[in-house]
Amino acid sequence: MTISEVQEQIKASSARAVVEASIAKAKQNAEYNALLSLTEERALERADAVDAGKITGKLAGVPFVVKDNFLAFGAPTTAASKMLAGFDAPLQATAVEKLEAEGAICIGKSNLDAFAHGGSTENSAYGPTKNAYDKTRVSGGSSGGSAVITALDIVPFTLGSDTGGSIRQPASFNGVVGIKPTYGTVSRYGVVAMASSTDTIGSITSNVADAETVMSIMAGRDDRDMTTLPDFFEVPQFVKPGQKIGLIKEFMTDGVDIEVRTKINEYADSLRAKGHTVEEVSLPMLEYSLAIYYIIVPAEISSNLARYDGIHYGYRAEGAKTLAELYGRSRNDGFMTENKRRIMIGSYVLSSGYFDAYYLKAQKARTLLIKQFNDLFAQYDLLIGPVAPTTAFRLGDNTSDPIKMYLEDVMTVPASLAGLPAISVPAGVSQTDMPIGVQLIGPARSDAKLLALARSLETK
Amino acid sequence: MITEEILAKYDMTIGIECHVQLATNTKLFSGADNDARDKAPNSVVSPIDYGLPGMLPVLNRKAVDLAIKAGKALNSQIARVSRFDRKHYFYPDLPKGYQTTQMYQPIIEAGVVHAPLDDGSVVDVRVHHAHLEEDAGKLTHFGDSSLVDLNRAGTPLIEIVSEPDIHSPAAAKAYATELYRLMTYAGVTHGDLYHGNMRFDVNISIAPKGATELGKRAEVKNLNSFKSVERAAEYEFRRQVELIENDGRVVQETRGWDDAKQKTTSQRSKEDAQDYRYMPDADIPPIVLTDEEITRIQADMPRLPGEWRQLLGQLGLDFLQIETLLDAENEYRGRVNILQMIESVIEDPKKAKFVAIWNVNNFVPMLRSDETLAASRIDFLAIELAIYDLIAADKISSTNAKTLFRELITQTSLPDVEQYATDKGYIQMSDASAVVAIVDQVLADPRSAVAIQELKNGNDKVIGYLIGQVMKSSSGQANPALAQKIIRERILN
Repeated sequence: MTISEVQEQIKASSARAVVEASIAKAKQNAEYNALLSLTEERALERADAVDAGKITGKLAGVPFVVKDNFLAFGAPTTAASKMLAGFDAPLQATAVEKLEAEGAICIGKSNLDAFAHGGSTENSAYGPTKNAYDKTRVSGGSSGGSAVITALDIVPFTLGSDTGGSIRQPASFNGVVGIKPTYGTVSRYGVVAMASSTDTIGSITSNVADAETVMSIMAGRDDRDMTTLPDFFEVPQFVKPGQKIGLIKEFMTDGVDIEVRTKINEYADSLRAKGHTVEEVSLPMLEYSLAIYYIIVPAEISSNLARYDGIHYGYRAEGAKTLAELYGRSRNDGFMTENKRRIMIGSYVLSSGYFDAYYLKAQKARTLLIKQFNDLFAQYDLLIGPVAPTTAFRLGDNTSDPIKMYLEDVMTVPASLAGLPAISVPAGVSQTDMPIGVQLIGPARSDAKLLALARSLETK
Repeated sequence: MITEEILAKYDMTIGIECHVQLATNTKLFSGADNDARDKAPNSVVSPIDYGLPGMLPVLNRKAVDLAIKAGKALNSQIARVSRFDRKHYFYPDLPKGYQTTQMYQPIIEAGVVHAPLDDGSVVDVRVHHAHLEEDAGKLTHFGDSSLVDLNRAGTPLIEIVSEPDIHSPAAAKAYATELYRLMTYAGVTHGDLYHGNMRFDVNISIAPKGATELGKRAEVKNLNSFKSVERAAEYEFRRQVELIENDGRVVQETRGWDDAKQKTTSQRSKEDAQDYRYMPDADIPPIVLTDEEITRIQADMPRLPGEWRQLLGQLGLDFLQIETLLDAENEYRGRVNILQMIESVIEDPKKAKFVAIWNVNNFVPMLRSDETLAASRIDFLAIELAIYDLIAADKISSTNAKTLFRELITQTSLPDVEQYATDKGYIQMSDASAVVAIVDQVLADPRSAVAIQELKNGNDKVIGYLIGQVMKSSSGQANPALAQKIIRERILN
């Protein structure tokens, strides 16, 4: 389902009819556990206001769903955690506000790994989300709910956050388009922070044109987020032939499913067919990117999650006798195992005596990784590779082995660490009909160009 | 018993950390009102200060500007690039679970403070650095429950960290006092000590005289007056000497100051010290400053105490006169601009000196004895300058000038000063022939005969009596100097 199709339906019937249909479809698909809440009342009010001409804009009446780590009106913001169960946001995320200002209608909030920690949405306090193509498989994560909702055609677009692959990987697992923009493209204001230096906000859509539409609206400088960039999101109609494209060698090793590699090579061929050149390139630092990521990101997580302490809001353990017990029990009960694991790792690498050896060294390695990307972009316009080494795995397959789960992120974390734009677009399906995505990575602020190029290769 | 002789065997070494609350309208990272005084609890708290999920800090540029000014006052370089870091610990008055501060790259680099002691000597205290940070909230304990007030959470502070260059309680007090002056003159803080606008943490250690290694230090936290800084240093010195003399040892710890009992008490020892897990704050881009920006902001500053000391010294004022003016400036800031009055006429050194001395001798004592005066809207400088003109023209005696000033400053509007003085009979007779007439009249008076004879006999003191008679006969209007000159001419020639 695309935005323009929905707009046709609104013209033919009404915004209310479209929003009601979306809500009904969401309810019919409850078994996927993709939605944590519906904002039905508010959504219908807004739909009526659109029909009455009181709300207008580029997306007037178009329904969408946000990941439940975005503060939004009409339903609690839980970040899929027990810690924030029932938390009613007093304000909305800038991204949501900007979409609402164009008349879009949020109908609900999607499932995720609690606090966005995970790659399968199995770490949700409210149960895992099931893959849109196979209910025995994971949706990917952490924006698994949003990807499945888009894939199930409940709404034409959903929002997610991507810190190390949380939009791209579930998009790849569910055969939809996901974009992690250049760091700072979309305001993070009002989105529950995970890792401040790599958190980004992006869309999950069923085609590239819709990503262009949604991202153009959300992008731009926000006075409430000092890290936002001035709006650079101007989508070109065409990308000139003759683009120099690097196929990342380290992403095409034997550790990656042969079926995945085959689809990436086919995508490379179709790029060549459009008059571009594709050659193999190497980024030796990629070997360290997962290690860098799992030092820096947990460090930032341990800091950003310190505020959930049971004192001011959110979950508080009953019957604690001392302040230390109140903190300990509230945090022990309110967080999921994976949250606690990352807080522990993060606290460790920031501890006195370990900071230099871990955090600082990881930051230095990160700088080297960025330099290698920059060196490559001096010669190549963009890079391609897989999004994930496999298609969606079975529910429960990786839950007992965190390292195995982290390895799923190996191809998505490099762009996150370097702040680069990266998109995941469908590149076909496996023999078992599971979607496979291709990842396009470009230099900073080349987001629109990546999208335009991907659009030129879209088959449907 | 710890005698003075025993105390004299030890040296003390003191370093001071000072928290200065910045005079911004809003908080360091939010738009909430920065003035928490007399506000209902939790009434000036934004979602950012409250640490709600998804909230991000937005740096208050005004706080950066004030830090740049503070840097000049501390004789420091301003870092061209500085950054914010997070200092983590759990406490209910810290809603984010970390304090945003500058651990690794502070905005204000090394500097020095020249602090004058009461005897006029100066102690130089080096500043290690100073950094921007946010304040925490406040806890109030009621029985077995505690209430949190976040009004102060997020208030901008600069923390000024001194080198251990202080070696006496008097020097500690002098440094604290001078910091206060520097920060208030620079416009960095409102300097409301009662509301904790400046708070001092005093680190003190002792060592036998001549020892090269310092002893373990105790830190006395949260002192909010210059006197308590001095007293706490005195108390700690004695306490630590006593410990050592009795074969004990000083433990590294944090102590509090009990103002009622005038003593320090243990709060927590180093063993409980927290690991703050400092890390860079990725939500706040580095503060990058250009030379031009720094120069522009620092050029837009009033004179600092050091400059005033030099300037007033050049005008001929002595140490005590200068310090009186510097203190009065702070005492009446925002109501009466004691130094601005001098500044306005600085191009004319004679006038400037007159205004300065007049303020020291007359105006400041009057302000201090009558609290209502400071609220007057009358143009004090215009009055002083009118009096300056009258004195320069020899038209008024110093006694009358003082009376005239006292009367004029209580007026609601300023009259024509000379006319007023004339009407009141304060203008002195400087017309020689008129004074001659009165002198002759006094000398002809039989009651003057004895004095005249004594004067002729060389008892010069009695001329005072004769001048007094002339003043009396002229209703105080005769120029006494002129009268004296004429009396001498008449009697001794």
